Amino acid sequence: MSLLGGGILKGMFETARNFFGSYVSAQRLTTVPYPEERIPAKANARQFPFLVYDGDDSQAGLRCVACQICEKECPPKCISIIKSRDKRQDYKGQSQFYPATFDIDISVCMSCQICAEVCPFEAIKMDVEYELSTPDRFGGLWLHKAQLARSSRYYRQIHPQAAADSDGFMAAESSKARARVGASAAPVGLAPQPRHAE
Amino acid sequence: MSAILETPVRAFESVSGAGAGEMLELAIGPHHPSTHGVFRMDVVLDGERVRRLKPVFGYLHRNHEKIAEGQSYLSSMPYTDRLDYFCSLTNNWAYALTVEKLAGLQVPERAEYIRVITAELTRVQNHLCLIGFLLQDMGASGTPLMYAFREREKILDLFESLTGARMMCNYMRFGGCRVDLPTGWMEEAQQVVQGLARFLDEFEALLTGNEILMARTQHIGVLSSAAAVNAGVTGPMLRASGVNYDVRKVDRYGVYDRFDFRIPLGDHGDTYDRYLIRVLEMRESLKILRVALRDLPEGPVMDPKARLRGFRPKAGEAYGRIEAPKGELGFHLISDGSPNPFRYRVRPPSLMNLTVLEEMCMGRMLADVVVILGSVDIVLGEVDR
Repeated sequence: MSLLGGGILKGMFETARNFFGSYVSAQRLTTVPYPEERIPAKANARQFPFLVYDGDDSQAGLRCVACQICEKECPPKCISIIKSRDKRQDYKGQSQFYPATFDIDISVCMSCQICAEVCPFEAIKMDVEYELSTPDRFGGLWLHKAQLARSSRYYRQIHPQAAADSDGFMAAESSKARARVGASAAPVGLAPQPRHAE
Repeated sequence: MSAILETPVRAFESVSGAGAGEMLELAIGPHHPSTHGVFRMDVVLDGERVRRLKPVFGYLHRNHEKIAEGQSYLSSMPYTDRLDYFCSLTNNWAYALTVEKLAGLQVPERAEYIRVITAELTRVQNHLCLIGFLLQDMGASGTPLMYAFREREKILDLFESLTGARMMCNYMRFGGCRVDLPTGWMEEAQQVVQGLARFLDEFEALLTGNEILMARTQHIGVLSSAAAVNAGVTGPMLRASGVNYDVRKVDRYGVYDRFDFRIPLGDHGDTYDRYLIRVLEMRESLKILRVALRDLPEGPVMDPKARLRGFRPKAGEAYGRIEAPKGELGFHLISDGSPNPFRYRVRPPSLMNLTVLEEMCMGRMLADVVVILGSVDIVLGEVDR
């Protein structure tokens, strides 16, 4: 130590450099004045799950087949599904159940996206919407399938890369299913159930 | 745990002749900003000197281990983020490593490199925060902490664009990583690493030679190497006491054998050494990062044999450990062949490192206790689980 207080002076110099530097350098002033300015969502950003539908009807077009895998795998168990009694056609032309109710308690959800990962039907995905505050902390955060439904166009818009992969997977699956149907010449309604494959 | 100190406090020798035996029992925390969360220290004071200190933890107990035994292996992954919430990626890695051992999965080379990159970035941001908080505890209110947080922000941005979340990353999977790097991530990361090297020089100019910092930390909270080894202390705290032990070098897990880096060691085992060790470790981490970002191979990021749904490892047990920023983080899993682990146990570094707190604080002033605790680097999410 050459001069007592020399270290402090050196430190003061650094503080001054940072202070004045923050006026000229974006590296030193990273604050974004929210809500006037917003940082655009990152490539893989995730907040809360939503249900994807194809076409224009947000309920008839839901991809979900109520297989309840997400309900089982959800770590905090915030998903609650009741399976329908009747069946309807899915995108592969196969007859499937659909969710009579599909509720997510987003006050419990921890945005881990395990539901989106384990879903074999590309039916549940992660949204990037984060301004979800509500004065009703019970009903307002308990979302039903009508509130959870978002179109596949919206999904392609928020996660272009992941949506392209997902579309490719679905196209392959449905052409496989059609080939199977064609080979066995079975009526569409009696096509084999999709295995909950790994 | 009882809050009452069972031994009569008069049994302790008093420093001053007058007023001998007049001791004060003081509970610091659980709601005290300097305890870094909900942590309590029952301190017996003789004037300003510490005569006894009893750490009381458990306020943040969340039943993590038992919850994990009731659900599938994959479902516990997001909960590991919440152990040491500063370093979710290293927690992920430790858990993934253990399950990979259990199930015999091979991690592709690219995924191993991504794991090293994310783990070293985690180490840098953890140490930056720790130094910020340590200085905050010492009374340097704001400046070092804000500088540290400013730089941490850039690392968190990288994490967000890679994993989707800033802190609760939930990124690693059994047999690799969840997604590949997004486009442009590498260039961004290289820029951040370059910027961090510059920032560390500035940070050191601000702090390392500072006389007040030296006066508050040198020869304070000395932990001898023998005591550290006996207590099972790991991580930067152990190395500050001069013991050359780093799981990255001992186990050479992942691809750490391909990087040339050194393990900084302390001479005195005092709080200043613990500060300096972390600065030096960050520099070594940046060295690893530069090489890893340069050599990152192409290829898949997941083992094709890995299964997301219906994952049932065969019966057996495994212990996996890594060098987390705070020390050796280990997971012990016992499988009985079912989809849930039969036993799930975490070996948290912060808890073990906290057990020597009394030894370090004994006979010091009350104000030093806060600084010594700050240099231990605890996160209560991990201590209490």
